[in-house]
Amino acid sequence: MSDHDYRPKSKVGQWFNDRLPLLTLANHLTDYPTPKNLNYWWTFGGILTFCLITQIVTGLTLAMHYIAHADMAFESVEHIMRDVNYGWLIRYIHANGASMFFLAVYIHIFRSLFYGSYKAPREIIWIIGIIIYLLMMAAAFMGYVLPWGQMSFWGATVITNLFSAIPLVGEGIVTWLWGGYSVDNPTLTRFFTLHYLIPFLILGLVVLHIWALHVPGNNNPVGIDVKKPSKDTVPFHPYIVIKDGFALLMFMIVFAFFVFYAPNILGHADNYIEANPMVTPAHIVPEWYLLPFYAILRSVPDKLLGVVAMLSAILILAVLPWLDTSKIRSAVFRPLYKQFYWILVADVLILGYVGAMPAEGLYLLIARVATAYYFLHFLVILPVLGFKEKTLPVPLSITEPVLGGSPNLAAARNKESKIE
Amino acid sequence: MKNLFKLFSIIILIITSNSYSLAAEKVEYLKTDWSFKGLFGKFDRASLQRGYQVYTEVCASCHSMKYLSYRNLAEPGGPEFSEVQAKAIAASFEVTDGPNSDGEMFTRPGKLSDKFVMPYDNVKAAQAANGGAYPPDMSVLVKARGGGVDYIYSLLQGYEEAPSNVSLDDGVYYNKYMYGNKIRMASPLSDGLVEYGDGTNATVEQMSKDVTTFLMWSAEPHLESRHQMGFKAIVYLIILTVLVYFSMKKIWSRVESEV
Repeated sequence: MSDHDYRPKSKVGQWFNDRLPLLTLANHLTDYPTPKNLNYWWTFGGILTFCLITQIVTGLTLAMHYIAHADMAFESVEHIMRDVNYGWLIRYIHANGASMFFLAVYIHIFRSLFYGSYKAPREIIWIIGIIIYLLMMAAAFMGYVLPWGQMSFWGATVITNLFSAIPLVGEGIVTWLWGGYSVDNPTLTRFFTLHYLIPFLILGLVVLHIWALHVPGNNNPVGIDVKKPSKDTVPFHPYIVIKDGFALLMFMIVFAFFVFYAPNILGHADNYIEANPMVTPAHIVPEWYLLPFYAILRSVPDKLLGVVAMLSAILILAVLPWLDTSKIRSAVFRPLYKQFYWILVADVLILGYVGAMPAEGLYLLIARVATAYYFLHFLVILPVLGFKEKTLPVPLSITEPVLGGSPNLAAARNKESKIE
Repeated sequence: MKNLFKLFSIIILIITSNSYSLAAEKVEYLKTDWSFKGLFGKFDRASLQRGYQVYTEVCASCHSMKYLSYRNLAEPGGPEFSEVQAKAIAASFEVTDGPNSDGEMFTRPGKLSDKFVMPYDNVKAAQAANGGAYPPDMSVLVKARGGGVDYIYSLLQGYEEAPSNVSLDDGVYYNKYMYGNKIRMASPLSDGLVEYGDGTNATVEQMSKDVTTFLMWSAEPHLESRHQMGFKAIVYLIILTVLVYFSMKKIWSRVESEV
């Protein structure tokens, strides 16, 4: 922001801005030069901000009516659904909002993987993003426990029990997490507290995420550095604002469909049965967005190693900028990586599918193969690919492919050979 | 690209072959046309009122509905009994209240603000009276079962003679739609079991449909306003999206770039 010598026009504005440069910040945000070739996969950053704010606002409202007590939580949720004015609307937005949040974050992450947005100089943005993602999973998991239905209770039991895999201190840690010798009222109240806290941690990290983004500026589909500001960029306002707005509205239509016409389709029916420590559900499954990791957890026969595998599956992403040895960012110019990218997408979808199925027979076999491939992709394929792959020539500026419509490789190649 | 294609065909093969084998085990639920499904779905008032009659005359002797109040029966979007009717319904139940100024509990006729009176004082009493099985609370039962309304509707009509290879304990019945086929509830409905005030023929099928409709409402009392609001919200969003799309096109026409 140091390259800004913005001065407000009014005297009052100058007086204020000299003391707290909020107007300089606002000016930076509106003028922020953005590559003009960003496609719609780039609109999910804005969509995610919307999701976070929606969750916080609906969550605050729900917290005014919800009672975090093992004997009253389920009933208070029914009270919200029946007797609180528009309580059903607020709760369905909040519950489906979590799914929408994860849908958007997965698209956001896979966009980053495709266009190499995690590579230098954007490693910090990426790592902050991974921390946000981890916190999102924690918040979502604890939020799912709050209605105190059967899946809430047994999901909490299964997940907290994972910590017992830690050698020596495991059992002690689990008792400490529970606040007793089983999942019970103390567990519920602390989960509620943490569920309330985490979104604000996420909010803080989102500010850092955007701050870190504004230092190098956005990556783009061509994956090359752009001069800012230049012919290759447009000011954030109004160009990107309206485009993000348009994409957000499309997203909201899908969101509204779930809220108004299929509000329970993404949840599990068992969670409308009040928690009962004496009755275990036939299948304990997490929410859909955690299924791939659940599949990885179950595919390892040893409990401790399963937990390690599951955690590594997420943490491996944090070191991705150094595992991917290719200097080229965008998969558009990496023909081999592009194929492996889509195989990885399929692999994660398969993991999600088998995560929802019982861990036996063919499903278990598929889960094991898919888990092995997941790690193979990051630990072997990516590092090797950087050295072996023959990449396509990258254009010098994004104006070239943009003027030719979509990134036009043939044209770009022709031009390059002419220059030679 | 070729590899990709191969991979996807394998995935599709796996998924379809799987759903095939699952479909073989799964029973198809009985279908009926529910008035509350679809974009403009609404409850059939008469069916809700009949459904309440079935609930109160048949189910309520074992199944509680603890999240409903008598006032709900007169609220818009529900069975919409008149307030007088709802008051009369409430008054027909004895409610335990208190303690009074002497410290004694007492009973009085029900009021609109009272919750539905429960058949048993607690879960243990319910189990003791039903051979160890707890008749689940029916307030949100439809949402608490995988197949939803179709499942409940089918279950009520799914009682059959057990196949010869299935042996049943005393007090256990065979139902082809029940998970595991064994159910502790005897077939609750039989033709003509209740006498409908509006002259509708009380067949098992009719009663199943009415009581299931009633259960859908009890689980989702705001379903009608949800559908109405949803339609308005989505139409509004679509119009706004179109307007924003053209504004975007206009703004982006200033630069040589596609949106």
